[in-house]
Amino acid sequence: MKIGRNLPPELAALQEEIEGYARGYGLDFFPQIFEVLDYDQINQVAAYGGFPIRYPHWRFGMDYERLSKGYEYGLQKIYEMVINNNPCYAYLLESNSYIDQKIVMAHVYAHNDFFKNNEYFKHTNRRMIDEMANHAIRVRRYIDRYGLEEVETFLDVCLSLDNLIDYYSPYFEDMKLEDDEDDGIAQEIPKFRVEKEYMHEYINPDWFLDEQRRKMDKEKESRRRFPRRAVKDVLWFLSNYAPLTSWQRDVLAIIREESYYFAPQGQTKILNEGWASFWHSTILTKKAAKDSEIIDFAIAHSGVVATSREQLNPYKLGIELLRDIEERWDKGRFGKEYDECDDMRTRTSWDRQLGLGREKIFQVRKIYNDVNFIDEFLTQDFCERHGLFGFDYNRSTGRYEISTRDFKQIKEKLLFQLTNFGQPFIYVLDANFENRAELLLGHRHEGVDLRLDYAKAVLENIHKLWKRPTHVSTRMDNKGRLLSFDGKEHHMREFEYVEFSG
Amino acid sequence: MKIKQDQSRFRQIVRGQIKQNLRKFISKGELIGRQGKETISIPLPQIDIPRFRYGTRNSGGVGQGEGDVGDPVQQGGDPNQPGQGKKAGEMPGEHAIEADVNLEELAEILGEELELPLIQPRGEKQIATERDKYSGIRRVGPESLRHFKRTYREALKRQIASGTYTRENPIIVPIRDDKRFRSWKTTTIPQSNAVIIYMMDVSGSMGDEQKEIVRIESFWIDAWLRSQYKGLQSRYIIHDATAREVDAHTFFHTRESGGTMISSAYRLAQRIIEEEYPKEQWNIYPFHFSDGDNWSQDDTARCMQILREYMLPTCNVFCYGQVESPYGSGQFMKDLEQEFPDDERIILSEIRDKDGIVGSIKEFLGKGR
Repeated sequence: MKIGRNLPPELAALQEEIEGYARGYGLDFFPQIFEVLDYDQINQVAAYGGFPIRYPHWRFGMDYERLSKGYEYGLQKIYEMVINNNPCYAYLLESNSYIDQKIVMAHVYAHNDFFKNNEYFKHTNRRMIDEMANHAIRVRRYIDRYGLEEVETFLDVCLSLDNLIDYYSPYFEDMKLEDDEDDGIAQEIPKFRVEKEYMHEYINPDWFLDEQRRKMDKEKESRRRFPRRAVKDVLWFLSNYAPLTSWQRDVLAIIREESYYFAPQGQTKILNEGWASFWHSTILTKKAAKDSEIIDFAIAHSGVVATSREQLNPYKLGIELLRDIEERWDKGRFGKEYDECDDMRTRTSWDRQLGLGREKIFQVRKIYNDVNFIDEFLTQDFCERHGLFGFDYNRSTGRYEISTRDFKQIKEKLLFQLTNFGQPFIYVLDANFENRAELLLGHRHEGVDLRLDYAKAVLENIHKLWKRPTHVSTRMDNKGRLLSFDGKEHHMREFEYVEFSG
Repeated sequence: MKIKQDQSRFRQIVRGQIKQNLRKFISKGELIGRQGKETISIPLPQIDIPRFRYGTRNSGGVGQGEGDVGDPVQQGGDPNQPGQGKKAGEMPGEHAIEADVNLEELAEILGEELELPLIQPRGEKQIATERDKYSGIRRVGPESLRHFKRTYREALKRQIASGTYTRENPIIVPIRDDKRFRSWKTTTIPQSNAVIIYMMDVSGSMGDEQKEIVRIESFWIDAWLRSQYKGLQSRYIIHDATAREVDAHTFFHTRESGGTMISSAYRLAQRIIEEEYPKEQWNIYPFHFSDGDNWSQDDTARCMQILREYMLPTCNVFCYGQVESPYGSGQFMKDLEQEFPDDERIILSEIRDKDGIVGSIKEFLGKGR
């Protein structure tokens, strides 16, 4: 599926050279294919999330327009793009300078290695380029049959739910909801204890027993909750249990599949970009860059790792953490003895000459994602050295202000941002809410409220699939709330917020 | 490219042609660019697909750099947009943006936005322009119009027929009979012309704000009508107790003071129309903006007379916009309502403030006359 041009001879030679360095450093990658694209092609591919072919949808057009305008006004350009696929495809911008291409290639080989080896990518489809094209064909077929308006509107609905997946479910076997059993519910009709047999019909008269039986049936009925356990993969649940036509079910499955494919890239942004930056700078400075190119390299590299006050740059954070880890494991600055040492002088000159750094970072790239990477390797030293701070919105001044320089709080904030992509945890709680086949979702409140107008819009969209009233239970301003949409109107009422877990 | 279809689809949504339900999620993103030393921002509409997400106000984030607790994170800039956790994908450096729109497109967008109907030019008022087009051939004519190719061909035909043409020496000499000349045909092209006559009350009671409103409104009216008519002409009249015709710049910048005699403007407009814009050939749109204060009831009566006897039968539609001002009584509008109840040829619109402009434009142009 070729869209660009083959490499011109000088770049082909360069690829061979860079690949040699990468292999020499022990990177282990899929076969790598580079294509050269002009800016318009690269904008298109970027808008398609890196793929040459996607199904028709206006949001790709929106991204394309944004990228094109940004390029035309000279404000931004895309240097490179790489797709997690086997073989791994990467695109080079035609107008890049030779040194830029060098950097990009080195960067790409590290991404490729990461895709192949990182644990979180293990379950991704390595033929995704083909799969995306298949999806495009299927969606186009539905459009031919049912009309653009209808299919696109349905896609809008699906996309508004595409974050409601369970990022860990690829690690489990096929999901099944266990059959309902009546375990744990009393089988016998409860009666009052009777000392004397002849008193029985007075203490437990028939009408009382009937009432008890009715009560028990009702209890059984209400316990027969579906699903029995909260389901995090809302998309999966809806595609199985919502009253959809077969093409709708298929479209929903397509969106879900693509969502799962992209998920690991979101889960490992810092580590992945850090890894790639670590290697492009290592390969360039140690091997590939000529003396005459080193200034150009430095300029390009500093652009990649530039910091900003409002947002941590994942490239910067990642590369610095990896370098920090490499140094610590080279010098043996880890473990009980080092952690408990509180003499600053000993600490700064601590060097056991273990030389374990390289090995350690290869291990890190294999088994970590952003959350446990930060959790494990973000140290107080690092935090102070790089001037990290936490910020919050100050209601009284109406602006965002630095709220903390405390290591623990910063780390907590950062982890919160990364966990579940910094998105709320939403579960399916009950598909027969109020015994009226209404759908109850639950938001597991982690200290931050939902954005109300968006939540309402999503409820409307779920209603389009479920076709019965939909609800989400959450907490707002510390009070339990139930947001409902009945097909016509939104309601909000007080509702007991119950803690739950998936 | 397939993505162009997606792009035009997106533009349709932004313009509100399709998918009204998504409109509330359109945000005015912007692209900060540089033009020389100046920073310019280019607005770029973005549509957010709604998803469950956190309210931004109470989340905050982590940044990097100098500063003590309590210092603002952003120096200057928009405090409403802190760094949001960006989504995945291997795309470094994304920013927001958009769009170069020319006036014609703006008018188009305006038309769609306000659901303005396309204006139907009045049928009998189409004038025919005559155009000469050199599309024919004649046997006689001036040398300057000689058609070289045709002449050559005729001469060649003749020489071959008479056997004077030789392959070895292919010289063609045209004689008088061979010559062909270009000639013209006169075609008539129907054309519809339009003139807008803007009249504005500049008496003491019309303040800068009122004039600003008139300025904005007439700009958009102008843009819309220009997109509908080729060769649109605009005339500007200002009046207090007397009226005079001015150029566009003066129209928008003058501040006079004094009394108000609306009839003076109407009389001047009438004269301009009579002299230069015969109603058989022109679509005529007079717009009058005032704060509704007139000097006397006598003058108002004179206005009504001009309107009834001349303006309404002559013009496509007569538009009166009344800008609310702290000094004006707003009486003129009531008088007009009383005089011409339910008359389709006159459109009245009250403009309370700047926000009222859009609605007022719609009232004026929404009828498609």
